[in-house]
Amino acid sequence: MRYLPLSETDRSGMLARMGVTHVDELFADVPAHLLLKDPLDLPRRKGELDVARQLGRLAARNVPASSVPFFVGAGAYKHHVPATVDHLLQRSEFLTSYTPYQPEISQGTLQYLFEFQTQVALLTGMDVANASMYDGSTGTAEAVLMAHRVTRRKKAVLSGGLHPHYAEVVRTQSQLAGDDVVTMDADVRASEDILSQIDATTSCVVVQTPDFFGNPRDLTAIAEKCHANGALLIAVFTEVVSLAALKSPGAMGADIVVGEGQSIGNALNFGGPYVGLFATRTKYVRQMPGRLCGETLDAEGRRGFVLTLSTREQHIRRDKATSNICTNSGLCALAFTIHMTLLGEAGLKRLARINHANAVQLSGLLAGVKGVEVLNQSFFNEFTIRVPGKAADVIEKLAAKGVLGGVPVSRLLSGKGLDDLIIVANTEVNTDEDRATFVAALKEVL
Amino acid sequence: MLNNQGRPTTPKDSAVASHETFTRNRGLQMEEALLFEIGRTDVTGVDLDEPASFVSRLGHLAREEEIGLPGLSEPETMRHYVRLSQKNYAIDSGLYPLGSCTMKHNPRLNESMARLPGFSDIHPLQPQSTVQGALTLIEELAGWLMTLTNMDAVAMSPKAGAHGEYCGMAAIKAAIEAKGEGALRKVVLVPESAHGTNPATAAAIGFEVRSVPAGADGNVHPDAVRALMGPEVAAIMLTNPNTCGLFERQIVEIAQILHEGGGYFYCDGANFNAIVGKVRPGDLGIDAMHINLHKTFSTPHGGGGPGAGPVVLSSRLAPFAPVPFIKRDGDKLALVEDAIGTQALGRLTAFHGQMGMFVRALSYILSHGSDGLKQASEDAVLNANYVRARLADLMSLPFGNRPCMHEVLFDDAWLKDTGVTTLDFAKAMIDEGYHPMTMYFPLVVHGAMLIEPTESESLASLELFIMTLRDLAMSALRGEKTRFEGAPFYAPRRRLDETRAARAPVLRWTPPQPITDAQQAAE
Repeated sequence: MRYLPLSETDRSGMLARMGVTHVDELFADVPAHLLLKDPLDLPRRKGELDVARQLGRLAARNVPASSVPFFVGAGAYKHHVPATVDHLLQRSEFLTSYTPYQPEISQGTLQYLFEFQTQVALLTGMDVANASMYDGSTGTAEAVLMAHRVTRRKKAVLSGGLHPHYAEVVRTQSQLAGDDVVTMDADVRASEDILSQIDATTSCVVVQTPDFFGNPRDLTAIAEKCHANGALLIAVFTEVVSLAALKSPGAMGADIVVGEGQSIGNALNFGGPYVGLFATRTKYVRQMPGRLCGETLDAEGRRGFVLTLSTREQHIRRDKATSNICTNSGLCALAFTIHMTLLGEAGLKRLARINHANAVQLSGLLAGVKGVEVLNQSFFNEFTIRVPGKAADVIEKLAAKGVLGGVPVSRLLSGKGLDDLIIVANTEVNTDEDRATFVAALKEVL
Repeated sequence: MLNNQGRPTTPKDSAVASHETFTRNRGLQMEEALLFEIGRTDVTGVDLDEPASFVSRLGHLAREEEIGLPGLSEPETMRHYVRLSQKNYAIDSGLYPLGSCTMKHNPRLNESMARLPGFSDIHPLQPQSTVQGALTLIEELAGWLMTLTNMDAVAMSPKAGAHGEYCGMAAIKAAIEAKGEGALRKVVLVPESAHGTNPATAAAIGFEVRSVPAGADGNVHPDAVRALMGPEVAAIMLTNPNTCGLFERQIVEIAQILHEGGGYFYCDGANFNAIVGKVRPGDLGIDAMHINLHKTFSTPHGGGGPGAGPVVLSSRLAPFAPVPFIKRDGDKLALVEDAIGTQALGRLTAFHGQMGMFVRALSYILSHGSDGLKQASEDAVLNANYVRARLADLMSLPFGNRPCMHEVLFDDAWLKDTGVTTLDFAKAMIDEGYHPMTMYFPLVVHGAMLIEPTESESLASLELFIMTLRDLAMSALRGEKTRFEGAPFYAPRRRLDETRAARAPVLRWTPPQPITDAQQAAE
């Protein structure tokens, strides 16, 4: 087996030196009748070529985003990631190191985490960010728990514009923990009255911007009402590029900003691994979940970085920890940081303008298709359209024509009378030709 | 001929030991500033064309404020992050015996498979008809996991080990509630030796944690469990092999106690890598166990993630698995994404789990096959025992010199009166070119040193490691404290002040403050 350096001679020599005749003597604590003598009845070892063939065949049965006109978003976005990012990610020293428990020989990881935390804090308009969560949805659930700790209350109010899967994750967690959740009705046009839900029992209000349907949300009034009632405002985003185009959640008064960082540096990966971004105000830092990297000095007085404030964490506090998270999304955070470094403020803002310009153009084209209505007054790079008939059928017919034309809302919100809505995303990867093909195909299938 | 211009070809005897350099670099060991100190907000390493003019649809929320994000050109970016990478230890550069963490070889075939566009460039919400290959891959991996564990179902979506624990314990809670015992069964038994994630998980789900004392032999004893068992107990969370590197000898009896008392058996599968193909957890009476794909099946740790933590479930818990899950519908596979109308405990993450890790894990599993997986477990156990056997005369084993599983646990009793601590010993290993072992964990022994060499080490590599530890140990026993107290001497940084970091946390870069007039006047 190519990954195993011990030869048969090595093995028998080692056993002999220990005075052991058979390796199974080392498994003496396993109940003898349960110890397997032979390998399980499953396929035997394979060479690289065979494995690559077998997996290659499975890969070939999927339709990659880059192979078709592609307008699917709703929580994960197709962006171009510079080649440099993946090259650096595959550096052995990044790829094959562990959590930086020994800081003297982990300064590479620790310094990029410090850079990552700073970039996330800047983008969100917050004071501090942690070293990542699994993804935006689990990060949102953690934010709700954090708000409960800060406010010592147990009721979360979820906007109807929150990604339905994120809302489900929060509800699942709250149900298990015995906390209360109020979920507003699906809010396609950003017209909900969430202010009336906030009172002295509210722990937090969770609002996504741009929301699930693509509408940028003004959080200012919600933040004011929250703060007047001693509640926290949790601002959520699923498209991190939007932060370069829109007023930051921090500037609008959010107390916790959490979201999905996949768009920067990370591939679609069929849903994971992604990277959850999590930022808050300095005063709440000791209630934060997840790892934090901090600056310090070494014995020679040189600047260095360490994991810090770990008394919040499970390996110290056990059942009193702020979260059970241990492994997070380190390498995806590195991808984010490198891509963000390559972009810089100038590049990121231009990327955002291209995304928005392309989406504006597409919305104009789609509004011109008979029977199609664009529902958004405003949007960043995705918006919702109403089509005649069932959106899910339209999407399937478009797929049959080689166009992946968006996400039918009914896939995430079934039985809500939203069966004729499609969420359409448009990023820098979409060309004029893609848009023309999409519109032509849509006309044919309607 | 090559040296006819007076270029010296031998070092001078008088060469001095060392001196401070102007750059503070030490040859190949480069100092590297923060991105924020070298980047500029008007520099970008990505060429993008400004879009043609358009009418903004951002409404009144368009960003006006600056972000303050510096950029670097491509060559600067490359150099910055390459230099940072060079400050990291990695499994590719040396033995990484971090117990419980399983730092084994990360095959690069797995990386290239995960990057096939058919896997990496597909969207979780694109039509299911366009991702049948991906669903097949998940189903195939799930099949391997169920067969290797002899369990009935597997929930694939958990994002890491702790998330898997959460999933398994949530399934247990759902099962208890389905039996109408939700108000009654509130207690979860957790051994003292457990990973911190176990009690943290139980508490997050609203359980009360009751600690099970460890036996003098490092095992959890049925009597200790029986004494704590009662109608209020929902489950036990037991790691097997446990964090002392030992197989829980009486695990079957412990499972029986739980089951007879109406409770469930959650197994922390962090150490499954020791027993793959040797014994099936399902045969031991386990109801749920997460599998860290980033440990047992070698998806890279990436400096702290991403991981993946699928949870195998017994038939008693299978109905409560969270959405999404895959269902076969004729020759098609379909994702069940809506919990309504099922007994599913709900949803734990936005999408379908760590697909990128699934591809890598399956690539690893197919490469090994059932014979290779068994061999890998045996080699991991053999290597750990070899280290134990060769160090047992110098370093103390808290539970006697008995066979261990994939990792061997020493304590610091042997360092008594030397003035050298476990921490010092670990830091001295850094100077010798090794990543230290896991230290001060598990909590049940004093000054723990948990060594997991993994199956990826050759005999020659193990021998050098053993000789190094022997040399260090003898040095400590001889009282050569200077080698330890100040260590590491040869790492990119000397020991770092963690107290300072925690007392006044600096968690992000901030621009240097201009010196005020008052400060200037004071000077």
